[in-house]
Amino acid sequence: MALRAIAGKKTLTLGLGFGPSGAAAAASFPGLGSGLHARGLVTFSLPDLPYDYGALEPAISGEIMQLHHQKHHQTYITNYNKALEQLEEAMTKGDSSKVVHLQSAIKFNGGGHINHSIFWQNLKPANEGGGEPPHGSLGWAIDTDFGSLEALVKTMNAEGTALQGSGWVWLALDREVKKLKVETTANQDPLVTKGANLVPLLGIDVWEHAYYLQYKNVRPDYLKNIWKVMNWKYASGVYEKEVA
Amino acid sequence: MGFHLLSPSYCCGYQPSPPISHGLLRFRPVTGIPKPSPQKGQLHQSRRASKVLAYYGITTPPYKLDALEPYMSQRTLELHWGKHHRDYVDSLNKQLVKSPLYGHTMEELIKVTYNNGNPLPEFNNAAQVWNHDFFWESMQSGGGKLPQGGVLQQIEKDFDSYSNFRDTFVESAMALFGSGWVWLVLRTEEKKLSVVRTSNAICPLVWGDIPIIALDMWEHAYYLDYKDDREKYINTFMDNLVSWHAATVRMLRAEAFVNLGEPKIPVA
Repeated sequence: MALRAIAGKKTLTLGLGFGPSGAAAAASFPGLGSGLHARGLVTFSLPDLPYDYGALEPAISGEIMQLHHQKHHQTYITNYNKALEQLEEAMTKGDSSKVVHLQSAIKFNGGGHINHSIFWQNLKPANEGGGEPPHGSLGWAIDTDFGSLEALVKTMNAEGTALQGSGWVWLALDREVKKLKVETTANQDPLVTKGANLVPLLGIDVWEHAYYLQYKNVRPDYLKNIWKVMNWKYASGVYEKEVA
Repeated sequence: MGFHLLSPSYCCGYQPSPPISHGLLRFRPVTGIPKPSPQKGQLHQSRRASKVLAYYGITTPPYKLDALEPYMSQRTLELHWGKHHRDYVDSLNKQLVKSPLYGHTMEELIKVTYNNGNPLPEFNNAAQVWNHDFFWESMQSGGGKLPQGGVLQQIEKDFDSYSNFRDTFVESAMALFGSGWVWLVLRTEEKKLSVVRTSNAICPLVWGDIPIIALDMWEHAYYLDYKDDREKYINTFMDNLVSWHAATVRMLRAEAFVNLGEPKIPVA
């Protein structure tokens, strides 16, 4: 069925910003489907972090990283899988109202899985290159589209602070016009909900669970410090593949 | 239009007896600085010189900040009330300096700034100030257990049983995506109690319904005490924190605006 492609690997690789050419490389990307059901439904499991929980200190505490990864992300994955199973069943039965009813759970939990999978890749311990400013084509693009790296950081921090409730702030590449943009999304909406041409380069989780235990209500401090562990290499990699 | 929800009298420190026996109703500090009365020969000058602003104050919870231990820690209250709630008040006042909104009670301000679904920038702060006031007063030390009297009767009428209501409330809270609130409201149109869930700052006042109980489901409300275990937080609220006394007073006032159809409801 054509609809099964929604859960398929190809759409996911596009959603994760690898582009059609990156599908093969992306097949080993953690977070892509690994479980296989009898009918071929792809389900998901928690990707490993590429660093220890405490490796991002003092920018982000080990306690937060462990909870964020083992509890929050895992819950999104568990509920996403549940929703997908229910969706498959509803589709097989032709139960349209159930299919439509499940969309919000899929968007929320699936979005949570997508967003957090990108987020873990966006972060890197300081002693492994985290926080090192971008060089090469992404660096030039930032200077062109924002004036300077400081201006970009300032914009993203302002947007992140102003966001009401829960959500994400993104550095996005509009792959059609080849321009960088700062975007925000609410709750767990993935970046594509703001535009089908938008590719996420960096995302910052501004849900309270991402910082509360350490920074309490002072979201601006969290945003200031997270840049010290930002993995610009990942963002550059995604950018270069897109504009190549 | 509308109604003014005055807060019950907890100002003398909460006593675990039905609050309506106090008889006092404390009026929430609202509205603006009155215009200075013009003196002789200064009429025009004073009108030019005075700038009238709306200004809202922060109210304190009707109990000491450690009163809800161990179910809601003092640390949480210190942050939640002292920082989050206070920030909303300060931000609102800052916005109102540049805004033409004046002369509203908080409830009116919320409805005006909600603007029928196209909220003005002041809405978020105004609504969150009110929501948090309402939330503190929805809890008490020694809370939970069962509602009594008229409230219990109405719950049993509208939900079939208290445990049905409790399950509905807990499920609704668990199903909330993102930040928001869960409410027990009296629906003015349908004239019955109902559980509703709202996102971010939205509050049932904007639809003309009357809130009876609120639970803050923003992560800052429970994260320090419960981390990601929302179910435990919600159940603890229902079993140990929710103030059925406050609910009773609110139902009593609500009955002045909504005809629940039966002439003899023994409330409290």
